[in-house]
Amino acid sequence: MALRTEELMLNMGPQHPSTHGVLRLIVTLDGENITDVQPDIGYLHSSVEKMMEHRTYVQNVALVDRGLDYLIALNNEEAYCLAVETLAGIQPPDRARYIRVVFSELNRIASHLVWLGTWAIDLGATTVFLWCFREREMILDLFEQVTGGRLHHVYFRIGGVYADMPPGWTERCTQFLDYFLPKVDEYDALLTQNPIFLARTKGVGKISRADAIALGASGPVARASGVAYDVRKAAPYEVYDRMAFDVPVLTDGDCYARYLIRLQEMRESVRILRQALRGLPEGEVRTRVPMTMKAPRGEAYVHTESPRGSLGVHIVSDGEETPYRVKIRAPSFSNLYALTEMMKGWKIADVIAILGSIDIVLSDVDR
Amino acid sequence: MSTGFVESPAQAAAQMPPRRSQIAPVAQAVEIMDHIPGGGFILTTVESALNWGRASSIWPLTFGLACCAIEMMAAYASRFDLDRMGVIPRATPRQADLIIVAGRATIKIAPIVRRLWEQMAEPRYVISMGSCATCGGPFYYDNYSILKGIDQVVPVDVYVPGCPPRPEALIEGILKLQEKIKREPILRQQAAALLAR
Repeated sequence: MALRTEELMLNMGPQHPSTHGVLRLIVTLDGENITDVQPDIGYLHSSVEKMMEHRTYVQNVALVDRGLDYLIALNNEEAYCLAVETLAGIQPPDRARYIRVVFSELNRIASHLVWLGTWAIDLGATTVFLWCFREREMILDLFEQVTGGRLHHVYFRIGGVYADMPPGWTERCTQFLDYFLPKVDEYDALLTQNPIFLARTKGVGKISRADAIALGASGPVARASGVAYDVRKAAPYEVYDRMAFDVPVLTDGDCYARYLIRLQEMRESVRILRQALRGLPEGEVRTRVPMTMKAPRGEAYVHTESPRGSLGVHIVSDGEETPYRVKIRAPSFSNLYALTEMMKGWKIADVIAILGSIDIVLSDVDR
Repeated sequence: MSTGFVESPAQAAAQMPPRRSQIAPVAQAVEIMDHIPGGGFILTTVESALNWGRASSIWPLTFGLACCAIEMMAAYASRFDLDRMGVIPRATPRQADLIIVAGRATIKIAPIVRRLWEQMAEPRYVISMGSCATCGGPFYYDNYSILKGIDQVVPVDVYVPGCPPRPEALIEGILKLQEKIKREPILRQQAAALLAR
């Protein structure tokens, strides 16, 4: 007699310690094997794009901090300010552009540290979490000395940055970089050769180069699959064209490759930071922009390389003080598309490893 | 699709009469103790000992919504180390005493927060962390999706202001909650609640 079997639908989330926020995954299981995964999003939809239509260009800087990816407030501010500057034809001073590079790279390191710590804790390695947050606190201290905030800064302004750095800050930042670079090797020593870690990540959640492109993946997820695309290289903004740095690319396309890419990106960020701090020019940090700034009629699209991928801001202006429409191309949202393809055929226990490896932030997905 | 709301505790209690073994004998003993001379003093001493234990081992649910959750994680991590206060995160509401609502709650997640709160065993506490959870924060105006304050769905014990609050502020909130727990006449409350049923 043949036993009747049927597929099991399993809900993961929205309250789950490993979903990195409030994501619901509808997992269809055949025994232990995953046949399908459908993400259910919208649990953190903050209607930011709509709200931005009712606030002036200057006020919106505070909104992109919180409304988009909250881990990378400065990268969001950078993308938004660049879009408005492109639209209104404002040229920030050279020093401000260097400062922006310094801060967005610091924020990239901080974001990757949170990702590494939380992903490692998902995989059962608690030490990495504590070590990563130890170094992250130092970056937040550096932020605090300049911007006054730990997470939300409102430091970048349209036409530059709010204020210059306090005396001695660049030295403290260099000291931190000297301290930090060996620490990356320590994380390396904890995880890279760890047999349990290897068993859970190596070869798991593969996605091919063609699929990664077709599904719109960007950032470390695409670069781990062999897509050599980094907006900082492909379409340099700020002063990235003056920096010498490498874009790590791997072809395996698995969780392990994504981990290696991010680890290497932290080292590259340190390289960029050293050059930016060395080359910091003297001068003004802000072009005067009136508080009731009006952008000319038209539209502008700017994309930047956020820690999670290509972050784009599209602003449509009808010549008023407020934007007519703002559309944000969120990297986490596009990377989430690739999740279904990555998970098919793997076991239920791999869901956490694969989900963690694409580094989603739900605030970025839902906006 | 289910909205996620389960019936309120009052409704559930009305449908299910309590078994006698649930009420007696502790509730009745407390009731008798409170009425004999000197009994109140002993009861208060026992209560304060119990409350010291409860206040020193608040186990929160690992439940993060938005930005404040990152600061909550920072509070658990190396520098601030909430373990010092006996705050150890639990992954399931069944084992948790406290839910820290960290971040903006949308109308879509609100029933789920309510259900998590209902799944927690009493006595249970709620900390509203950050402006968004307290009143909607920067998402108060011109917004169609954010709940204007989590206290519309669950009762809040301590509000921690900030956007997001620093980990020190969350620690202060937990210390305030400990003070509140230490003042509670827990045995008398439970006895009165049981005997009233």
